[in-house]
This record gives sequence, structure tokens and C-alpha cells, in this order.
Amino acid sequence: MEKTATQNLRSAFETLEMHNITKRFPGVLANDHVDFDVVSGEVHALLGENGAGKSTLMKILYGMYRPDEGRIVLNGKEISIPTPTAAISHGIGMIHQHFMLVPTLTVAENVALGLPSSKGPLTDLDVVSERIIDLANTYHLKIDPSAFIWQLSVGQQQRVEIIKALYRGASLLLLDEPTAVLTPQEVDELFVIMRQMTDDGYGLVFISHKLHEVVEISDRITVLRDGRKIGTQPTCDVTTQTLANWMVGHEINFITSQEKVDRGECRIELRDACCSSDRGTEGLGDVNLKVYSGEIVGLAGVSGNGQLELAEAITGLRSLISGKVFLDGQDITGLPPGKITEKGLAYVPEERMKDGMISAFNISENLVLREHHRWPFSKRGFLRMPYIYEHTDRMIKQYRIKTPSRATLAKNLSGGNIQKVLLARELSRSPRAIVAAQPTRGLDIGATEYVHEQLLDQRKKGAAILLISEDLDEILAIADRIAVIYEGKIMDILPRETATKEDLGLLMAGVHPGEELETGNC
Amino acid sequence: MSESNKNSSRPTKFHISGIFDALMPIFATIAALLVGAILLLLLGANPITAYSALIEGAFGSFNAFAETLVKATPLLLVGLGTCIAYRASVTNIGGEGQMIIGALLSTWIGLSFTNLPGWLMILIAFLAGSLGGAIWGGLPGLLKAYFNVNEILSTVMMNAIAVQIMNYMLRGPMIDPEQAQAASQIPQTARLEVAYRLPRLVPTRLHIGLLIAVVLAVLVYILLWRTTLGYRIRAVGQNKDASKYGGVDVKKHIVIAMLLSGAFAGLAGMMQVYGVNYRMITDGSATGFTGNAGFNGIVAALFGQLHPILTIPASVLFGGLLVGANAMQRVVQVPSALITALNGLVVVFVVSSDYFRKRNQAKRVAFVESGQDTQPPGEAKKDLEEVTA
Repeated sequence: MEKTATQNLRSAFETLEMHNITKRFPGVLANDHVDFDVVSGEVHALLGENGAGKSTLMKILYGMYRPDEGRIVLNGKEISIPTPTAAISHGIGMIHQHFMLVPTLTVAENVALGLPSSKGPLTDLDVVSERIIDLANTYHLKIDPSAFIWQLSVGQQQRVEIIKALYRGASLLLLDEPTAVLTPQEVDELFVIMRQMTDDGYGLVFISHKLHEVVEISDRITVLRDGRKIGTQPTCDVTTQTLANWMVGHEINFITSQEKVDRGECRIELRDACCSSDRGTEGLGDVNLKVYSGEIVGLAGVSGNGQLELAEAITGLRSLISGKVFLDGQDITGLPPGKITEKGLAYVPEERMKDGMISAFNISENLVLREHHRWPFSKRGFLRMPYIYEHTDRMIKQYRIKTPSRATLAKNLSGGNIQKVLLARELSRSPRAIVAAQPTRGLDIGATEYVHEQLLDQRKKGAAILLISEDLDEILAIADRIAVIYEGKIMDILPRETATKEDLGLLMAGVHPGEELETGNC
Repeated sequence: MSESNKNSSRPTKFHISGIFDALMPIFATIAALLVGAILLLLLGANPITAYSALIEGAFGSFNAFAETLVKATPLLLVGLGTCIAYRASVTNIGGEGQMIIGALLSTWIGLSFTNLPGWLMILIAFLAGSLGGAIWGGLPGLLKAYFNVNEILSTVMMNAIAVQIMNYMLRGPMIDPEQAQAASQIPQTARLEVAYRLPRLVPTRLHIGLLIAVVLAVLVYILLWRTTLGYRIRAVGQNKDASKYGGVDVKKHIVIAMLLSGAFAGLAGMMQVYGVNYRMITDGSATGFTGNAGFNGIVAALFGQLHPILTIPASVLFGGLLVGANAMQRVVQVPSALITALNGLVVVFVVSSDYFRKRNQAKRVAFVESGQDTQPPGEAKKDLEEVTA
């Protein structure tokens, strides 16, 4: 009985098709003539690496972006979705990766937020609460409408988001990386809810880059890569291995380094390192890793599996719960980042504009960020501007930074040039060890090659380099050894010569090669 | 993003809008005065007469201008402190309280030791005033840095505490012995020794504090853009993550910025006593002593785009507005509340105009990012000026 009550408010949904969707951003083709469709009663997974265009495609469907080309057809009728409001009125709901909830309000208040009340100017929270309980019972969402958001766990907050969408009459739900923030148990619960919904005729789009989850929950899978659709297959017809191949394949041939540099002494060492993530969950679990002078160790893994935590543990930006970090054989555990820098560690952070650069500072100021307090950049507390300018001009020339002047603000530089400034700052200090996190993400081919040349050059000079990347081709091109990280643990470390993309793809998905492959649920 | 240089296609209007941005506070002031004119009309006064009285009263004569500069001095000092704090991304609203504590400490010392040479006492008073303000600013700084207490709240609260300390001290321990015996019981201290007064520059109330404040403005400029400490303060204000990565102790520099900011306000308080009134006197409110300089100084700094050198003319302008408004009130016989309203209008307009300035800048950056990705030389020169000049 309850079920029919809620279903009546739902718009009827049969099929949704996206034809030839193209979306361009300045310098980037985010979606290149992509076809995509969902039918009632299925979970259609959208799989791809970061930047493959999954989120863009879904944001187009939710009215957050307008496509440059292409058509959207709902239940056989062509529609346009200029705003999220329009998407909601067409019965399309989206669960964002970052929740859109007001922490100081209750569940019912959050659900009612922005909707007209049945009691005019007064709130109708009792009516809302009743319907929430209704919906919650139908889909086992177990939620108390009078609870405050801040009291809820992340998994529960996600359920509130789902209820919000259902309450607004959504019959097609877009779930943007819904499992990224959940514990394994919460993931299982979410999957039960999702199954229940498809049984009731909802259409679900599940965005993810975790292979085993996609295989577990979806009916069909579409893989995107570099904005293009690689293929759509029923889940029972594919193996994780094929999917891994589809995800990581690249047309671009990166420079590869065949020449070997003699491996020297151990420069970076992590011993049983444990730390927590920003969300308070386990970030790293007993990581042991050594990087030697004259080698590049590639750290492969799907984003969010502990790469950031590992980099920050070495650079001193994140404190360890247990374990030790050594640089050049010296124990640097617990030292502040500045001290570790002085000992010869360079760090190319993943989020360069957030962690590595000050966007409102000019090139000169950014170039001295790490060493502004030391000779020759300053003397007795005063900056030596003539020397800093001279140094800037030298760096601009040496690192081929394209800029109208040394006084140009960092925020006005292109992505490739920002990275060059960062590399100039980090590498010109002749570091003994380098941690480079996603150093080529978002860069064009030319800038990418440039970064690789620089890293190889540093290797030749004897630096120990830890290259953190989600791009397997990059790692296979320049790394000497490849470590794979999954859920905060090092799965395996392979020499480049024996590593295959397939094996690495499996390790990245948390599967040891040779173990039985998961197949789809049919 | 393409790396090619397509400067030739860039429209020149971006240069013009840059100048427009720089003049934004002036336009905002004019707009505020226009709204003020409507108020004047409603009160039956002729705006033209009123505003000419205002300008005459502020800048019309030697004495008027000297009085404007007297009022500008505390604004400039508080404004310099504001520049430092805001550059570290800390919002110091506690100028009033910091002025009061700086004044109390320096006055207490001045009244306690009556036999020192004048120059020595003035030097000690400078230090005491700065120290008092620094303590009053440093406490919210510590709370902000180490306990994440909102500094806007804490500095406002510190203002309230300072007022009550002042009222207690001026009615009790520090009251003028003559007033203590008289029936009137006016809350004021005894007069300072004549030798302790700040030297006057010209035969007006203008004292040497103005010159000191101008020199300090240059020193603050040097501090912010030529020293490692200033570099760190600005870095912390712009991006805490990158500062931490760069080896800067973020918390420590938030505290340092607040200490310095408070010290400047404390100095302003000390100069009100040693340079203008020669005693500390209040009507029971903070304004009774500071004349609102603790707040108006913030506006002057915002008006000067948080640049210490630009804060000098901004302070003079606001000082003139304060002095001229009094003259205007006398000439056109409008209630004094209107003066407060006019002052408030200027504040609201100037602060709001900052929003448009920032939005225009953001637009320009977006334009740069979306295609022609490098700056034309003219634009770069402006950035250079912004940072170094």
C-alpha cells in the first residue's frame, strides 16, 4: 500500500537516450560525440578514469552544463535540459559526490528545502516527515526525519540525498561516485537499496572507477576514455580484465626511457607507515616502500586509494599514527615540512594550485616559496629582490616558462606553465629525493613530455623519484619499478620489465593476478 | 589551454577597466555623497551649500587642514594595522579596544613616572602603547590560530571588555584626583606633564604623530613586500595549504599579524592622549575616547585597497570628511545624526564597491584563461605595480 502511495508521485520512466553529445571546454574536448542510454529497471555503470568525461556527461543530463552538440530523448520525446530544475521536472535526480545538505537542519528540513509547502507560509514538516518515512520504508533507507544532518554518518547522509531526489519525483537517478565516501559495509547496503529501486522500475546511472563494484552492481557498462565512448556491454559479457584494458588504453605514445641508471643508496623509506585520511578513515595501512637513488618508482592506483596520504606522509604534511619515514637514512618522522625540504626533498603536489602555488602571487614570489628565508634569496630577514628577479629570469629561460613577465600572477598562467614554475622551484634546488604526484595531470602532450624529460634528467643526476600517477602509460614509460596501491595498502611492487597493463589493472582493482576473476552478475 | 600568444586581438577596454577599478573607491564616495544629498534635501537643507561647507571645513584653510590631519593620524595608524591583519586574511575589528588598552597602559606609565626627561617618556609611551594594543590584538590572534575562534567575534568582544576596563580605570584607580574630590566625578585622568606632550608641528593641534605615522606607512610597505616576515604573512593570507607546504608556520604568523595590527592601533590610542588631549577622557563609551577611529581606520585601509601607502591619502580623505562634517552641521543646521549616517553611507558604498572591483578582476582572469592565455604587457605591468610599487 505504501508503495503505491509513493509511486504515484513519480514520473513514468521508460528510456532515456543521449545521442552524439559533445561538450568542449577551453582546450579540452570533455565529451566527443558520446552516445548513452538508460532503460527502466537497470543499473547502467559509467566507467572511466578521472577526466574521462563521466561527470561532464552526467552534468549535461542534470542541466548543469549545456552540450555543444547532441540530443537528449526521454521516453521517445526529445527534451532540452537547461537547468537542474528542468532536470528534476523531467524526473531526473542526481546524487552528487559532495553532498548538498545543510548540516544544522534536520533531515525533513533538508528534504523540504526549496519546495513549496502545502501550508502556505508555514512549514509542513509533519507532512514531509510522513512521506520520508514512507519512502524510507519502501527502500529500506532507515532514516529518522527529525535527526540533524550533522548527527548522521556519511552513508546516512547519502540516503538523505537519495530521499531528496525521490521526494522530488525522480525516476532516473544519477549517482556520481556514490561509493567513494562509503565504508565497504555501507557500499553493500547501498547496493541493496539500488537493487530494490531497479526492481521498482527506476533507472540508475552508476558512475565509478572501481572495477569490482561496477561488475557487482551493474547490468550494463559503458566505458569512457578521454571524452570518447569506448564501448557499451552487458555486464555478464565482460571481465574485469577487458574493462581494465578499455579504461587505461591510450593512443598517445609517451617517451620511454630504456637506459638504466645505476641504482644507488636508499633515499626514501617508509617503514610500516599508518595514517588516517582527511575523512578519518584509514589512509595508509602498514606501508613499506623504498626508493633508491637513480630510480623512478611509479605508484599506480585508482585515485583516492591512499596516494595523497602517502605523499603527505613523506613530505611531513600529514602525521603518522605509527611507523617511520626516512630520508637519506635519517629519521624524518614528525619533522615539519620546512625541515624536510631543507634535507633535500622536493614535492610536486597533486593539486598544484591549492598546495603548491599561491595564485595571487607572481612568478618571482612563487619561485621562492620554499627558500625565501634562506641565502641567497634573503639576508637578515630582508628579501634580496635583485637576486630574486635575476633568479626568476634564469628560471623562466631554463625551464622555458611562457610568460609576458616575471611579475605575472600565477593564476594568469596556463596549466602547463604553472607546472613549469613549480618544477623550476622544486628541481632547481638539486633535490636528493622527489615526490611527484600526478605531475602531468591536465597538461597537454608537449608539457607532459617536458615534465617526463625533467624527471628522467633528475634520475640521471641521482635523485630518488616517487612518481604517483593514475596514468599507467606514464608509469610504464618512465618508471623503473611499479608499486600498486589499493585501499591504503601496497598490493605489489613489480619491475617494469615484467609488469603488464593487465596485471597492473587488476592490482589497481584490488585483485591479485591469478586469483579467480570476478564476472558480472547475470 | 593554448600556449600561443594572441595579444593583438585583445580589446583595449581591459586597460581602461583596470583604471576604473583603481578609482572605484572614489566613485563609491561620490555615490554615497549623492545619496547623502537626498537625505539633506529631505531635511530641508541645500546639498550644495552643505557640501561646500564640508569641503571648506575640511580643506578650506590652514587650520582646517591641520585639524583634518590630526583626525587622519589615528585613522592611518589603525589602517596600517588593518593592512597587516587583512593581508594575513585575519579580520581585525578590534581597533577600538586595542586603541583603548594602548592608551590606558601608556597613560598609566606617564602619570606614574613624572620625573623622566620628556624624550625618554615619549619613547617609553610609544612602546607601552604598542604593547597594550599588541596584547589586545594578540589574544584574539592566539585564539584564532590555535583554537579556531572566529576573530571577528573575539575582537568585537575584546572591544567591549576594553571599554569596561577603561570606564573602571578612569572612574577608579586612574581618576584625576581633582575629579575624585569634586562632585562632578568626570571620568578622566589627570593631565600629563607638559614635557611629555608630543611636539607640535605648526601652531595648531597637529603633532609629530602624523609624521611618525607616515614613516610607519613606508615601513609597513617595506615589511610586507621586502622582508621574509611580510612575505610569509601575505603567503599565509593567500593560501594556507601552500604556505604550510612552503615551510611557513601558519599559526605563528596569524598571531604575529594580529600582534602587529594591535600594536598600531595601540599606538593610535597613545597618540590621542600624548598628542591631542594630554589626558584620557571618556563619556562611558568607546567612541567617547577613540572618536570611532578604531572602525574608521579599517575603512580607510579598505579605501586604500589594503596598501599601506595608499592608506595615507585615504586616511586624509576620511579625516577631512569627519572634520568637514562638523562644519557642515554648523552651517546648514542638520542633526548630528546625519553626519553619522553620511559616514556610514561612505563605508557601505566603499566596502560594496570592493565587490565589483574583485568581480571585474575575476572576469578579466576568466577571459585570460578562456583563450588568449597570456597577459598583454600592459596588464602585466599593472600586476607588477600592484605587487612591488
